[in-house]
Amino acid sequence: MCGAPFHSGAGMRTLRTFQDLFKRYRRPGDLVFAAGFFALSLLLAAAIPWQVTWVGGLGVIEQPAFWPVVAVAAMVTFSSLHLVGALVSERIPGRRKEVFHWLRSVEFALWFMAYVFLVPWIGYLLGSVLFVTALSFRQGYRSARWMGTAALFAATVVVLFKGLLQVRVPAGEIYQYLPPGDLRTFVMTWL
Amino acid sequence: MDLFLSSLEMLARLDVAIALVLGSIGGVLIGAIPGVGPPVAIAILLPVTFSLEPLVGLTLLLGIYGSSMFGGALPAILINTPGTAVNALTTYDGYPMTRRGEALRALGLAYGASFVSGIISIVALILLAPLLAKVAPMFGSREIFLVALLGIVLVVLAHRGQTFAAGMLAAFGIFLATVGLEPIRYTQRFTFGQDFLTSGIDLIVVVLGLFAIAQAFVLLSDPDDSPDTQPITGSMLRAIGAVFRFKRLAAAGSGFGVLMGMIPGVGEFTAQFLSYTYARKTSKDPDAFGKGSPEGLVASEAANNAVPAAAMIPLLALGIPGEALTAMMLSVFYVHNVTPGPGLFQNQLDFVYALFVAMILLNVIVVAFMVVASNGILRIIRIPTRFLGVAVLTLSFVGVYSLRNSITDCALAAGFGLLGLMLKRQNLPIVPIILGMVLGGIMETRLRSAMARVSTPLDFVERPIAAVIALAIAAMIVLHVWGVVRERRANLREDEHDHDIHDTQLR
Repeated sequence: MCGAPFHSGAGMRTLRTFQDLFKRYRRPGDLVFAAGFFALSLLLAAAIPWQVTWVGGLGVIEQPAFWPVVAVAAMVTFSSLHLVGALVSERIPGRRKEVFHWLRSVEFALWFMAYVFLVPWIGYLLGSVLFVTALSFRQGYRSARWMGTAALFAATVVVLFKGLLQVRVPAGEIYQYLPPGDLRTFVMTWL
Repeated sequence: MDLFLSSLEMLARLDVAIALVLGSIGGVLIGAIPGVGPPVAIAILLPVTFSLEPLVGLTLLLGIYGSSMFGGALPAILINTPGTAVNALTTYDGYPMTRRGEALRALGLAYGASFVSGIISIVALILLAPLLAKVAPMFGSREIFLVALLGIVLVVLAHRGQTFAAGMLAAFGIFLATVGLEPIRYTQRFTFGQDFLTSGIDLIVVVLGLFAIAQAFVLLSDPDDSPDTQPITGSMLRAIGAVFRFKRLAAAGSGFGVLMGMIPGVGEFTAQFLSYTYARKTSKDPDAFGKGSPEGLVASEAANNAVPAAAMIPLLALGIPGEALTAMMLSVFYVHNVTPGPGLFQNQLDFVYALFVAMILLNVIVVAFMVVASNGILRIIRIPTRFLGVAVLTLSFVGVYSLRNSITDCALAAGFGLLGLMLKRQNLPIVPIILGMVLGGIMETRLRSAMARVSTPLDFVERPIAAVIALAIAAMIVLHVWGVVRERRANLREDEHDHDIHDTQLR
């Protein structure tokens, strides 16, 4: 009914007018996202009694619980209105494909976390070169030229950030197996 | 005058000069690459700037912020793809000019308009600074709370057609800021018994996740693209000089940019909208707008480049960031235990002047760079988007991991990255989350301290500034509801009054 064109009776006219109140530039999968966010808001609202403390003798605004409750109440209110908006709006085809796209993107989050776990173990330089070349290969840049570019990019990032800007990235565990001396100190400081 | 000389002295240092050059040229390059806007670059560089002095760090970030729009105009005009989100309107008239064989003229006008408006806005703000220094101390806790609330209301209402979504995301941001051990009574809030949540959720982790990692995920998961462009021939300097035929529009655009930049939660889009509307209404050839009108191009680029300097005003004078980039910059102050606010304008006006002078210098550096390097920058535009995704993800790691070498932070950032990807693909805004997080924290603290001197709700707005801000908030909400009702009566089609300018895919 929601997606029907505007040409029938008064009921449809009311719905269509109501629908107009929720005008937005939508994309496929909006209902899934709206429902998910509403569910998150409800879960947080349900957790309020356990997750915040009401301190005796304080005014409402001074309560530590005041702002989290205001925020969650606003989340529930706005996300429910957003969900209603999605429900009464015309469905855009491609919902399943869109949700699949979100799920498929988890792969890249896993790549990122693999990089995070790799660096403290094999060191920033080796970890970065391995990560950038492997992910570039996965993305279809498989020629020797691209592999070289990827490795060079990784090495440049390491030298720039760890070597020159001295950002805090710990030395890899494998560095301790290097023979003690200048080389080990250099590798631990710069790479 | 002494203050001004003192500000020049502050800038006359090698590290500031290096930050200025790296920031401005880096910003142009980052702005020119579609898919990597200034939020991504600033998010990645934030942890690096923490080890620098505030002036050096802020100069670097301001350089990126202020110069990215110059770079963003290049692909907007040449290949119809805005380098940054605020260059979207530039494509409307810039690309049709390129198709007519007027690429050099379009680029010259865009750079010229950006430069002129940038300089006008900064000079206006330098002249305005003594007045702001007098007004800023009149802002107490109540007024700052109300300005922060105004920022939240405006950022929600600004997302027309997505108001409820913007509202829920701003509320989510406010919620995120409350997680952890609260500092007054030391009670735990939404920590779910997890140690890592006790210290709260770090703003930088959220910013990096939502802006940088999310953008990397978008680039990695979307089809590969490698835009190609034709080289530009002719004298760029002469083309830039042609902007002086549109002095009135450049000045008007700059005025709109300054006004809109100073109001929290508004920013470039509204400034561009007003500037473009003004230009079209006063044009002798309004029908040419959207079809390659030089006036439209000047109006668009003049408005967006006046905003960065003005956006620093609420940040520096009140400690209230008006949009995501200044919200990120606020953390640079916090790391150095400097609290921006009325005291900064009263006691360290030379520091404020130094930042503005740095912005003038960066505009000069950028224009000089664009004159000689526009053709060289075209090579960067050609980097394939998926490889760009690999690069952004690699750089995001440095940003998150170097904060405190925490794997949990990285996992949280990756989680926010996935949320950001969904938001971008849904065309839902990210900025309300960041502003909610920053302004929510400010509102909580300020409301608590304001309530000590307030016994009835009316006391809250008894002072004139507080009353004006409260009225402005009420007026904005009423105007918004009125606008929605008017559209409903007009029975406009769903896609009739929303368009790609609000598309957050690029932000």
